[in-house]
Amino acid sequence: MEQMNARAQRLGIPLGVQLDLTYRCNERCVHCYLDHDDHGEMTTAEITDLLDQLADAGTFFLNISGGEILLRKDLFPIVEYARAKSFCVKLKTNAMLIGGKEAKRIQDLGVDSVQISIYSHRPAVHDAITKVRGSLDRSIKAIRFLREQGLHVIIANVLMVQNFSDYPGVKSLAAELGVGLTIDPTITPMMDGNRKILDLNIDPKSLAEIFQDPTLLGDAPEVCTPPKGPDEDALNSTPCSAGHTAAYVSPYGDVYPCVQFPLPTGNVRRQKFLDIWRNSSGMNDVRSITLRDLPSCSACVHGGTCTRCPGLAYQEGNMRGPSLQDCEKSFARTGVPSENLKQKKLSPLELVQIHELVQIQA
Amino acid sequence: MSGKLYVARDSHVAARNLGGEMMVMSARNSTLYTLNPVATAIWEAADGVTPLDEIVANRICAQFDVAPEVALKDAETLVAELAGHGILVVSDRPIVRAAAATENSR
Repeated sequence: MEQMNARAQRLGIPLGVQLDLTYRCNERCVHCYLDHDDHGEMTTAEITDLLDQLADAGTFFLNISGGEILLRKDLFPIVEYARAKSFCVKLKTNAMLIGGKEAKRIQDLGVDSVQISIYSHRPAVHDAITKVRGSLDRSIKAIRFLREQGLHVIIANVLMVQNFSDYPGVKSLAAELGVGLTIDPTITPMMDGNRKILDLNIDPKSLAEIFQDPTLLGDAPEVCTPPKGPDEDALNSTPCSAGHTAAYVSPYGDVYPCVQFPLPTGNVRRQKFLDIWRNSSGMNDVRSITLRDLPSCSACVHGGTCTRCPGLAYQEGNMRGPSLQDCEKSFARTGVPSENLKQKKLSPLELVQIHELVQIQA
Repeated sequence: MSGKLYVARDSHVAARNLGGEMMVMSARNSTLYTLNPVATAIWEAADGVTPLDEIVANRICAQFDVAPEVALKDAETLVAELAGHGILVVSDRPIVRAAAATENSR
């Protein structure tokens, strides 16, 4: 896979594209960064034309997400078209609308994997986050249908103030269901720039406990060892695959380097995808950045090991600047503050904000 | 092996030609394969209804300057190996699928 990525980067191929089919959703998760109103989604014809263009551009991995993709009546024709174009198709869904019939169809179409968001093993906590009573039960039922078909299922557990202490329970649930698990403490700002939902981020002390949980870490000494600072290879490296081998397309045809990097680069309703990918000033600006070009991060001891997201940095005001959320993760992992944290003189032991559980809608 | 052989791309694979190299991934186990030029030529021609010996004669012998008997023997070994990995289907009769969409892997 590394070789494939390296080859795609050398050739400038958008190897992986996330395509959001809709921002409409049958849940109202408290941490969601999307505007759920339909402002004119791409039609089936526009989407299949886009898939033709992506196949011609060399895209291999197609992550189909939303919103809730099962709300698109044309979801299965779209997936069938994508599979006929030989994409490796991965679906992201809350799965509430997946029954036995849908699970079989997904299997028959040769979908690679299905990722499902589960916030807790406890219905009260999960349902309070999704704001849909019974949503956990429905999602788990769907997981069982998918597993009966032999599909590869991954639970995505986003951690926030309301649910972070439940991740061991989610881990056990994943093991019981025979599915994979990813855990992520990142809350993404709203796409319209509203950063209020970042209040849902876990406090630094609890974040440190999670990052140093030996049951979650692979090679704990390697992950938690204080860093030595970036070497030449790290300074010449690019931050991530966004704009290099990865891109994002919204339900309205907007193309961004990544779903978490809402820098407008073009719209496929007005321009060919490959034209945007190769020639837009936004994409080329993103591609020009190496660690060396980042004023504070290049001088930071975490420079070579940080999981800095340029999209979160962009949303903080500067795609060449630091991402505070990633500074906090580096500190939580190693106990060593980043250059950015030192400059901000933030205390690692801020007071924890108490949040009420959101009431479930009837 | 004796008699006609037919080969078809497995329905649960993803594939893309990445700068001249054919990458194939099986959805059954997410294993990624890189096909060499000969395997790529067979892969691209594996429509389920063209016999393997014709694929070899038209796509391999001409392009790679190899004798038909040698090429066919090697191709039979290759397709058996790819079938073992679950990315090709091999049969002694044409493989016809009900799927309406046409396949197009570049």
